[in-house]
Amino acid sequence: MIQFERVSKRYPNGREALTHVSFYLASGEMAFLTGRSGAGKSTVLKLIALLERPTRGTVTVNGKSTGSLKARHIPAFRRQIGVVFQDHKLLVDRPVFDNVALPLVVAGAPLKEVDKRVRAALDQVGLLGKERMLPAELSVGEQQRVGIARAVVSKPPLIIADEPTGNLDPDLALEVMRLFRRFSDVGVTVLVATHDQHLVGEFAKREIVLASGEIQDDGADSLPHVVATR
Amino acid sequence: MSLGVFGTRHTQALLGSFGRLSRNPLATALTLLVIGLALALPAALDLFVSNAQVATGGFGDAVDMSVYLKTGVPLAQARQLAADARERPGVARVTLIPADEGLKEFRRYSGFGAALDALPSNPLPDVLHVVPRASASSAADLESLRRYFTAWPEVDVVQLDTQWVLRFNAILAVLRRLALIAAVLLGAGVLAVVGNTIRLEILNRRAEIEVTKLVGGSNAFVRRPFLYTGLLYGIGGAVLAWVILEAALLILDPSVLTLAQLYGSRFALQGPSRQVLGALFGGGMGLGWAGAWISAHRHLRSIEPRA
Repeated sequence: MIQFERVSKRYPNGREALTHVSFYLASGEMAFLTGRSGAGKSTVLKLIALLERPTRGTVTVNGKSTGSLKARHIPAFRRQIGVVFQDHKLLVDRPVFDNVALPLVVAGAPLKEVDKRVRAALDQVGLLGKERMLPAELSVGEQQRVGIARAVVSKPPLIIADEPTGNLDPDLALEVMRLFRRFSDVGVTVLVATHDQHLVGEFAKREIVLASGEIQDDGADSLPHVVATR
Repeated sequence: MSLGVFGTRHTQALLGSFGRLSRNPLATALTLLVIGLALALPAALDLFVSNAQVATGGFGDAVDMSVYLKTGVPLAQARQLAADARERPGVARVTLIPADEGLKEFRRYSGFGAALDALPSNPLPDVLHVVPRASASSAADLESLRRYFTAWPEVDVVQLDTQWVLRFNAILAVLRRLALIAAVLLGAGVLAVVGNTIRLEILNRRAEIEVTKLVGGSNAFVRRPFLYTGLLYGIGGAVLAWVILEAALLILDPSVLTLAQLYGSRFALQGPSRQVLGALFGGGMGLGWAGAWISAHRHLRSIEPRA
């Protein structure tokens, strides 16, 4: 689903965020992307969502190389990726329903379908019945779950999340991670960037460790090995 | 994309734009006022010209000329000249206005009675009032008729009374040109006003645009509501311009009616024709759409999602 081949990323300000990063994430796999802040986690996610393009190397997502994708094909490309942000990036002046419906609306889904799917997504994150509320009327944890509902509403084959639990207390964080695991259980590829080692330890999933823009531990090959080292 | 989805998307964008405009009534009203005035001004000029043409349309047919004889030409000879003139083909009617009658008329209408009494003799000449046939009142026919009279030794001056009509029509042509220039300039103004308004709205909704692009919204999708906003501005401005024109006509109507009656005319102000209204609405919508498109094209491109 995701393949990085000797990917380097240098920002215009000269900072080299990633150096020769290579990893492969299979379809349906769930993995954590860990490392200190500034290790390059966000850059990896930006390269996947095509918010940035690699300086060197190739990033392939769902069979498409992002380096050569034309601008007019980017929207369709992004529609197959559900993105969750730490600051959830909700539209504050729109009710929950509109926020969650946005990916379906931009894809041109029929209204009936939108209604059905938005309710299903909100049900999955336990927010059914709050469609008409504004994001500001919700707790931080609920806002984050609205963001997750928006990421999954169009049933993308890939979900990426950047520090989705960063603002949440441990209980809520665990709950959100379980949510991601549930999506993974039904075949969605999930990549979660987090610096919360404790939380990662709760789940027996692959862990890709980044340090100073390089892969320190790929975590692939043998899942049991990763579990055993803890 | 199916036709239904296509329609749904456009309806949503249109309703969304309408909703946003109605949520900011003051800002929307001010923008509409500027657009409305800009559209109304050239339309009003055009309307003025059209009305002036209708009002003077009656004069256009009344082509005639006055042939002033030299003072000292005896009245009998003047009568003979009038009779000769009637023989000429292309001449419908010739009326001789003898100097005495001319003086009486002048005394009656000018109010210079006392001044005229002080004159030792009648300063006015005999005049032939010549009305050509309708079939012979082209500019060339009139010119040849004028030359015919000028050639007579008894004739002092031939005055083509239609000249002022021609001049008036030339003035109207200038005004029409002026309306066109005003339309072009003010149209550019509308383009700028809509473009700037849309630019501000794009900047206001930057976060929303970023998120929309992030979840896979295409440029066309993001642009659509702004284009509809521009279109609505255009339509609203055209409606307002129409209201302004009709209001102006309503205010002017009584005084124009009085003026027309004083001239013995049954002229009444004409409202904007279908063509003018078509130009108003077509121009408004086109300019609104184009202004929004230019602005959206320039500014949406630069807004890309950042994580």
